[in-house]
Amino acid sequence: MTLDSTNAPLLRVSSVSKAYGDVVALDDVNIEIQQNEFFALLGPSGCGKTTLLRSIAGFEDPDAGAITILGAGSGAGEGEQIDLLSLPPNKRPVNLMFQSYALFPHMNVRKNIAYGLEREGLGKDEIAERVNEVLITTGLTDKADVRPAQLSGGQRQRVALARAIVKRPRLLLLDEPLSALDRKVRAEMQIELKRLQHEVGITFVVVTHDQEEAMSMADRIAVMHEGRVQQIADPVTLYSQPANVFVADFIGTGSLLRGIVANAVLLLRPESVHISADLAGAQLQGEVVETHFFGGSSTTSVRVAEMETLIVASHPGAPKFAVGERVGISWNADDAILLEDQP
Amino acid sequence: MSASTTQSGRGAARRRALTGRAIFAGPGLLYITLFMTIPVLLVLVYSFFQRGRFGGIVWEFTLENYVRAFEPVYLNVLSNSLVIAGTTTVFALVIGYPTAYAITRLPKRWRTVALVLVVLPFWTNFLIRTYAWIVLLNSEGPINSSLVDAGIISAPIGLLYTPGAVIVGLVYAYLPLVILPVYASIERLDRQLIEAASNLGASRVRAFFDVTLPLTLPGVMIGAIFVFVPSLGNFVVPELLGGGKTVMVGNLIRDQFLEARDWPFGAVLALFVISLLVILFAIQAAISRRINGTGKRYAAKQVTHA
Repeated sequence: MTLDSTNAPLLRVSSVSKAYGDVVALDDVNIEIQQNEFFALLGPSGCGKTTLLRSIAGFEDPDAGAITILGAGSGAGEGEQIDLLSLPPNKRPVNLMFQSYALFPHMNVRKNIAYGLEREGLGKDEIAERVNEVLITTGLTDKADVRPAQLSGGQRQRVALARAIVKRPRLLLLDEPLSALDRKVRAEMQIELKRLQHEVGITFVVVTHDQEEAMSMADRIAVMHEGRVQQIADPVTLYSQPANVFVADFIGTGSLLRGIVANAVLLLRPESVHISADLAGAQLQGEVVETHFFGGSSTTSVRVAEMETLIVASHPGAPKFAVGERVGISWNADDAILLEDQP
Repeated sequence: MSASTTQSGRGAARRRALTGRAIFAGPGLLYITLFMTIPVLLVLVYSFFQRGRFGGIVWEFTLENYVRAFEPVYLNVLSNSLVIAGTTTVFALVIGYPTAYAITRLPKRWRTVALVLVVLPFWTNFLIRTYAWIVLLNSEGPINSSLVDAGIISAPIGLLYTPGAVIVGLVYAYLPLVILPVYASIERLDRQLIEAASNLGASRVRAFFDVTLPLTLPGVMIGAIFVFVPSLGNFVVPELLGGGKTVMVGNLIRDQFLEARDWPFGAVLALFVISLLVILFAIQAAISRRINGTGKRYAAKQVTHA
């Protein structure tokens, strides 16, 4: 976590619900986001994360609940707060980076970035100064006079980011910021986003369906499913202590085993599973059905008789067993995670 | 693979693509050549020769027809036509743009209904629809009588047979031709751009003038051309609603070919309308290139970057 995020809440989402006809998009969502936090809303498509983001920005109107910015305003007094839902989108102290970037195609990069400052009614000199500053931060100085159509995907993403952070919002919302980029650029931008967040000291809320992306960037993650928040925790806790079967399944890889412990699901992460030729001393026995070699490490998938799910084990080096071999499976009781079985 | 074989391979692929395109474009191109290019060329050729006594062409070269077009009488008709067609275009845009905008905001199934309603008048004969305006506008018509009944005017006023009546008739006739292209351009506009403007602090009005309007300008230009050019060439409306008092270039052209039997001079006037059309489309293309930032200038930059 960053230095200043010492339990000073910035955004509070309380009991927010939203339905489109019969489809429930948000179901009693409660989230508190700290100042200078890098927060991620993570979940599969249709889980409500984008609806929540758009509700904060003002493009969706929740049916119930409240969204407030705390300690906001220029005075930043203790009890001061802004009721976001009572403000139109153009009056909210919140900026959104759109998934499609939504850059204005008829304006060059500089004009795109200056647009938000012009709407604030700032003087020409101040606008020019702040735009130049952010052009340097995002490495776009030599692209300032180019139209978005002439930029690469990564450059467009940076313009979208520059356009948002130049406004110096308290809160920056990012909707699937990296999804439009190819793999290599995405990895670079992950690092860059994190660096920028530290540098500009803005609270980031990122919406993503990519758990690796969320895990590698965010200080804390809210995992959402079917309009409900399943768990809010830091990445390590989400991985090692998932609150329920959905989170366990969605975060990382692992085998969810039913029938070993009564009325509960046993989660075994691949790195906790040991396989050996010792059948007698093992907790379970099975047959190797698949092996994958990734260079530095391998995974071995084992089918245990009368069990639906394969047990996957990962270990350094090349696969030690061939497909078809019978192996014993064992794990430390401490590494296994017990979860309540959900229907 | 060596560079030369790669290039010849590419050349062959390009030739194949061209052949494919020719097969698909062929029928259309043939049709356009036969029924558009040849008549336009004929008009061009006619314009340089002398009129026959009973119509037709006497094949003696002359520039007299062009000189004649600059006589004050005809210049007056031309400028008059430009003013009327221009006014018609402005009114059609002022009415058509909000209509098109409103239709894009309807729920999806109502949009189709609204668009059908917009083009519905086209299913009725144009002459009949224009005659209907005579009924509406004449001194005993419903407009005059309801104005008198309401006490706004004491006696019927002359609405029919005025330039105003011509403009009303032209706006009515070509309004759907504005609404459809403008509707298409607003519909195609990425709504997230408007959300982005709003998110950056623009009010709805501001976002409309900064984002929606400039980005739908190519559609507006198309709509404007679709109204302006046929308005300029229309001769039915000026005759029926203008009572022959308002002569437009369309009337003039028709008269030259059918009544005065001066084909070469008619050809010069027709060429004027055609070249205006070409110029307007060139302007439209330049504007839409500029707006989308995909002009030649930018494309060239792209290549040097790559």
